Amino acid sequence: MAATQEQILEGLAEIVNEIAGIPAEDVALDKSFTDDLDVDSLSMVEVVVAAEERFDVKIPDDDVKNLKTVGDAVDYILKHQG
Amino acid sequence: MTAKIRPSKGAPYARILGVGGYRPTRVVPNEEILKHIDSSDEWIRSRSGIATRHWAGPDETVAQMSVEAGGKAIADAGLTPEQIGAVVISTVSHFKQTPAVATEIAHLLGTGKPAAFDISAGCAGFGYGLTLARGMVTDGSAEYVLVIGVERLSDLTDLEDRATAFLFGDGAGAVVVGPSQEPAIGPTVWGSEGDKSDTITQTVPWGEYRIGDLSKLPLDSKGNVKFPAITQEGQSVFRWAVYEMAKVAQQALDEAGISADELDAFIPHQANMRIIDSMIKTLKLPEHVTVARDVETTGNTSAASIPLAMERLLATGQAKSGDTALVIGFGAGLVYAATVVTLP
Repeated sequence: MAATQEQILEGLAEIVNEIAGIPAEDVALDKSFTDDLDVDSLSMVEVVVAAEERFDVKIPDDDVKNLKTVGDAVDYILKHQG
Repeated sequence: MTAKIRPSKGAPYARILGVGGYRPTRVVPNEEILKHIDSSDEWIRSRSGIATRHWAGPDETVAQMSVEAGGKAIADAGLTPEQIGAVVISTVSHFKQTPAVATEIAHLLGTGKPAAFDISAGCAGFGYGLTLARGMVTDGSAEYVLVIGVERLSDLTDLEDRATAFLFGDGAGAVVVGPSQEPAIGPTVWGSEGDKSDTITQTVPWGEYRIGDLSKLPLDSKGNVKFPAITQEGQSVFRWAVYEMAKVAQQALDEAGISADELDAFIPHQANMRIIDSMIKTLKLPEHVTVARDVETTGNTSAASIPLAMERLLATGQAKSGDTALVIGFGAGLVYAATVVTLP
């Protein structure tokens, strides 16, 4: 069953917490991965790969650079999840 | 009439008998890199784990660095140069197309008349050379083969590119491969993905300089024509290196019949500490496995990085002769090669 926006946000928050050590409650839709959450470009790849596995979605390299905020990522997953 | 041809006959197996390295005398700290780019020591360290690298001086040519490393490897193997039957050089930074630099290196080392040639396999060059050497020893083409990975990547570095200026280093790493009664170099898992050739590449082909169309040549901040440099798509390389190469590394273990628990050392291509750390996590390597982290003080030396890291692990006592090590190289091509070896 496809995940809801809320479930995706919760899942992403757990992933970001595990990879970058950011408190899960700081991961909100309007937060920028690089500027607000200190997730650098390489950690972002790890976040993306973990999200792909968790939400059964493919996020190609070319699309990764468009995912600036947590909201961008949630929307992308919502649209593309299997 | 088809006459009966006597077959070539080699050793039952091959092993690495000796290793040697050469690092240029000049150590370049991050502070020096920062003269050309807007960045910080902290940024460079956090993105790459690199603190210093060695850059070659005018006399530290590809040939000279190779002779130093090769001579050490031959001595470490307990051999003399005349016993070397083939010399394989892997490099992407020797700027004289012909003849192969391998012939000059063989001559300077005082070998007799070995087979000598260069290969171009980027950061997988050591694994490619090792695989050729294993084949030569076991098919009887050469009893002892000298394999050298050597680079002067400082010559292919864009000092004004903040994404790559700090990455590369110079140096040479060599091994001698010879006969063995026991298997000591496992099956090689290797390959290429030419559809990703733009992921890591030289900025401009040499031919463009001959044509001389300035609009197609890179210019520096002062408007001068720049030498070509190595450029890469960082995120794509990182994803491929960590996740795809972890599968290749696992396959090399499986094909060698070695479990991660039996492994003593992991010597990946020294591309970037972040790649190494994530690879270990993805591979789920046990704590007891010694991991080569030479990139911190040597930078990324492409084909030279694995033998240089191997030499350092052995020289510092972090690994010892007879240990079982997983080696994996990966880079521009994209190309890769992984195998399990017994350390010399």
